[in-house]
Formats: sequence, structure tokens, C-alpha cells
Amino acid sequence: MSDSIQEPGSRRLIMSMAIAGFISGFIIIAIYLLTFDTIKENKARELQQAVFKVLPGATKMQKLHYENNQLVLVHIDGVDDEMIFAGYDEKGQFIGYAIQGAGPGFQDTISLLFGYLSTEKMVIGMEILDSRETPGLGDKIFKDMDFVNEFKGLSIKSDLKAVKKGKKIKETEIDAITGATISSKAVVKIINKAYKKWSPQIPPVGNEPAWVENNTAQKTESQ
Amino acid sequence: MMATDNIAYEEMIKGIWRDNPVFVQVLGMCPMLAVTNSAINAVVMGVATFFVLVGSSFLVSAFKQWIPKQVRISLYIIIIATFVTVVDYSLLAMLPAIHKELGAFIPLIVANCMILGRQEAFASKNTVKFAVMDAVGMSAGFMIALFSLGAVREILGVGALFGFDLFGPDFEPWVIMILPPGGFLTLGLLLLFFNWMTEKRKQFLIQLAEVDNETIKVKANG
Amino acid sequence: MDNLIWIFISTLLVNNFVLAYFLGLCPFLGVSGQLATSFRLGLATTFVLFITALCAWILNTYVLIYAPYLRLISFIVVIASTVQFIEMSIKKLSPALFKSLGIFLPLITTNCAILGLAIFATNRGYGLLEGLTFALGAGAGFTLAMVLMAGIREETEITDVPVLIRGTAFNLIIAGILSMAFMGFAGLFSST
Repeated sequence: MSDSIQEPGSRRLIMSMAIAGFISGFIIIAIYLLTFDTIKENKARELQQAVFKVLPGATKMQKLHYENNQLVLVHIDGVDDEMIFAGYDEKGQFIGYAIQGAGPGFQDTISLLFGYLSTEKMVIGMEILDSRETPGLGDKIFKDMDFVNEFKGLSIKSDLKAVKKGKKIKETEIDAITGATISSKAVVKIINKAYKKWSPQIPPVGNEPAWVENNTAQKTESQ
Repeated sequence: MMATDNIAYEEMIKGIWRDNPVFVQVLGMCPMLAVTNSAINAVVMGVATFFVLVGSSFLVSAFKQWIPKQVRISLYIIIIATFVTVVDYSLLAMLPAIHKELGAFIPLIVANCMILGRQEAFASKNTVKFAVMDAVGMSAGFMIALFSLGAVREILGVGALFGFDLFGPDFEPWVIMILPPGGFLTLGLLLLFFNWMTEKRKQFLIQLAEVDNETIKVKANG
Repeated sequence: MDNLIWIFISTLLVNNFVLAYFLGLCPFLGVSGQLATSFRLGLATTFVLFITALCAWILNTYVLIYAPYLRLISFIVVIASTVQFIEMSIKKLSPALFKSLGIFLPLITTNCAILGLAIFATNRGYGLLEGLTFALGAGAGFTLAMVLMAGIREETEITDVPVLIRGTAFNLIIAGILSMAFMGFAGLFSST
């Protein structure tokens, strides 16, 4: 008698799953659309701030994507590994490139951004974007301002090298943090690697990409 | 009316101490340890879990007669995952810095066995009112556990609470506390403390019973 | 290749799923009583992790680029049903294998290490090969932690531990010490 109640047909099972799936999909899409703009703005702002930090003086930026053996200006959302950023001052004067790099640190992958001045072959700023280095030791790579400031105006004519504190002789050498030698070396290694990858792809001095009005930021506003 | 109010209140209170999901039932360990390296992360995680648990308990208890038994677990998971996605996107929009720190552990609320456990053991069998009360109590208990762990780890590991410096520059922080081993050790010691409290209480009750017996004996003899 | 080795060693030792990320703690604290069972559970988990990495990659490449918001829900549903399907096929094809590993499979699917793997692999943008290496490293790391834990627990069975400490509190303290030991592996790859 109660069999029909105890064992609902498979149609009812599928129906209830389908209804639940439909409602849940509806809610998820609703929240996605509701938060989409804010999240996009947050991400764009975060990236912009990092770029302005490593390129002192920059107030505007645009994204450059490496495709078909050249750097092209793109106006897309999001960031990928084949992208660098060009910073400009208020008048649209080119300042420098911000290059991303990532690699193994002491604990886990470190990802960073550094500012590069192609005319002088110089690193002009460095910002750690993401890391899980040991608090109190390895995290000095972004908390120790002496270390961070060493990257403001550092020649990269040859490979950078981290040396023991106080032993810096050459202009491409930097003082490692005491107690966080491995993390300091990891940062240097990541910059070297990213520089090797990007230096042949960056256009020769004098051919810097010009500032183009109507960039992404303005586009988002008009949307 | 009074009676049901009392029972509902009981359902809420039990999650905080007697059936505390972390200290007594030892559930939800994964988010518990991973995000408690600072008090603020712990609190945000607690609020997120609160929202997911109360929301799913409400839905499950409200729709319990329409949920077929055979697919109930899948349905619970769909409901929970929907709430978690909502929390995930809201945090990403409102508190991007904290979302970055909690990272993958927000979506992992889905795999918190405490939430699914409450649906199966309680919400699916009780009225909406009791289910919500139970969920509020359980998540409050979870939040208290998260907070105590996060606070202990931040105070000892950084010498601060909610980012405010407590001990001044002379304090040498116990870095190990905010690293993974500190999580295991602190939770182990907190559990030990909880066991000890329970044991004490039990002994106290036994003593009380003995005293009672003796007074009865004395009375009978006298 | 270098990258793959780094991913494997890093997930196996430096960023061990159990001891550094706290993933898969339920079986780690619950089932690690016996050495033999722990090892088999570890193997079964590695298998599920491998399947998960495959599913996650397929979903990420072909479905989720169009609908990123369905990530969480599709991960859970697809992984759970794939594992269930594999469990049924193992039961039919090889009852012996099912007896030794299969009974764990449904338990493992609800383990947070599985979902954690899928989410971590996506967040880090791993490709197929990297994802599979990540899964193998995570599985091996989980097995290693389980076996170590079980070994220590079997020893403590015959020692005189105060009753009050026994149980989860004691296991957590052991895990803390293990985790501390594993921290010694940090810096393995960047010392040059």
C-alpha cells in the first residue's frame, strides 16, 4: 500500500533535482551579475595600484599583450601570463613597463610585479602580489622597506644577484635580508627569469607604445 | 507556548557549549585550522559559515516533505553550494582583501561536514523554527571556537589582536603559532582544556550525588 | 619538466595537503588508527584525486570559461558522479580491487581534499599535465601523512598516555609535531 509513497518514481526524483538545479542556477547567476561590476572594478583597481607603485610617477596605464611576435595594445579585462603593462604620466608621457613574474619561493609560489625602464636598463620598483612566505622572516620581502627600496633604481645590465647584507659591490647586486636569504634570492631569481623572457619582446628604445585615449577604464564607465 | 520556547532556546544553547561542533563533536576541522591565523579571518569565516548553515537549515526544514529520500544528500549539497557561491561572490565584491587571504577556503565551506551533518541529522526532521534555532546555535558555537583559536594564535604569534598591537615592540612573537603547526597544537590544547572542564564537571556532579545520598541516609537513620 | 618536479615535491613535502593546508583532516584524524588501512585509504584517495584533476581540467577548459559562476556546483556534482560511476565499474570488473579500495571511495568523495585540489588547481591556472602532477603529489603527500600518523598512533597504543589526553586532542598534538617536522622541507627548491 505504502510502496508508492516509499519508492517515488524516478520521474519525481529527476523532477525534484531539476527544480532544485534550476532555482540554484537562477540564484547563482543573479548574484554573479549583481557583483560582477564591483569585482571587476576591484580587480582593475588593485592591478592599477600595483602598476603605479612600481612605476613612480605613473598615473595612467594600458595593457600590452604579446601575440604574433609583437606587443599589441589590448583593452580586455583580466590578466594573463603574456601581458605586461605600460605606465604613463598625466600628459601621456611614457614612463616604463611593469612586468609580471612568478616562481618558487621558500614556501610556495611568489608572484610579483616590477617596473622596468628600458632606456636605462633599470628596475625602478618591485611589488609582491602574492606569497606565502614565513611570517616574520620571509614576508620581509614586502614588509622590509630597506629591501623593497633597493629595487628603486637598480641596474639590470646583467643578471641581478642577491649578496649577504653589506657585501654589495656591483650595481646589479642587492643586499639580501638577514634571516630570509632564500626568499630574497627567490625574488631576484624571479625578476631575472621574467626579464630574460621579456627583454627580447620589448620594442627598442624610442618605439614605446604611445598613450591611446579611450582606454579600458573609460570604456567601463561608458558601458 | 512557553514550553516550546524553552525547548527552542535549549536547541540553540546546546550548540554553544554541550554539543559544540568543534570542541565536542570535532567537526569542520579543515576551515577551523586553515583560516584561524588571525582573529579577523576567523570572524569572517564564522560569519560566512553562519549564513550558509542558517540558510540551508531553513530551506531544508521548510521543504522537507518535498525532498525525496533517495536524492536528499545531493539536494542538500546543491542548496549548500548555492549559498556558498553567494557568500563567495559577496565577499569578493565587498571585502576583496580578506577574500584573498581566505582564498580557496571559502568555497571549501561546502565540504564542511558540520553543515551537511546538521541537515541530515536535524533540519530534515524538525520544524523550521527548531531547525533555524539549532543552526544559529551550532554556528555560534563554531564561531566561538574559530574566534578563540584565531585570537590565541594571533595574540601569541603576532602579539596583536584584530591588528592592534598588544605588547609593544619588546615582544618577540611566537611565529610558529600562525604557521600550520601552531594551528594543530593550539586546537589540541584547547580540546584538552575542554576535556578537562567536562571531566571536572562530571566529578563535581558525582560528588554532589554522593552528598545527596549521604544526607538521605542520615535522615533515614535519624 | 622542472616546473612539474617543483609542483610534485612542493605538494608532497613543503605544502603537504594535510599538514600545511589542513585538507583531508577527517580521515586523517578518524581513520589513521591502523597502518594497513591508512595506506590503502591513501592509495584510494590518490586515485580519486587523479580523477578529480582530470575532471577539473575538462570542466575548466570546455565548460567553465563560458560560465565561471557554476564552478563550485559543477565541481561537486561532476566529481561525485564520476567517482560513483568508477566505483560501480570497479565493483563489476574486479571484486578483489573493490574489496581493498572501493569501500573507501564514497567516503573520499566528501573529503575536502578533493574539492580543495580542484579549486587550488584552478586558482593557480594549472594545465592538464601540471594538474595531474599536482594530484599525484597531493595524493602521495596525503598517504605519507596518513602512514606516518598511523605508525605513531600504533606505537602510542601501548604506551601509558593519561586518559584525559587520549583521543582527538592527542592526535592533534602529534599532527602539530609532524607538521613542524615537515616545515623543515621549506626552501628545498630555491636554495640555489
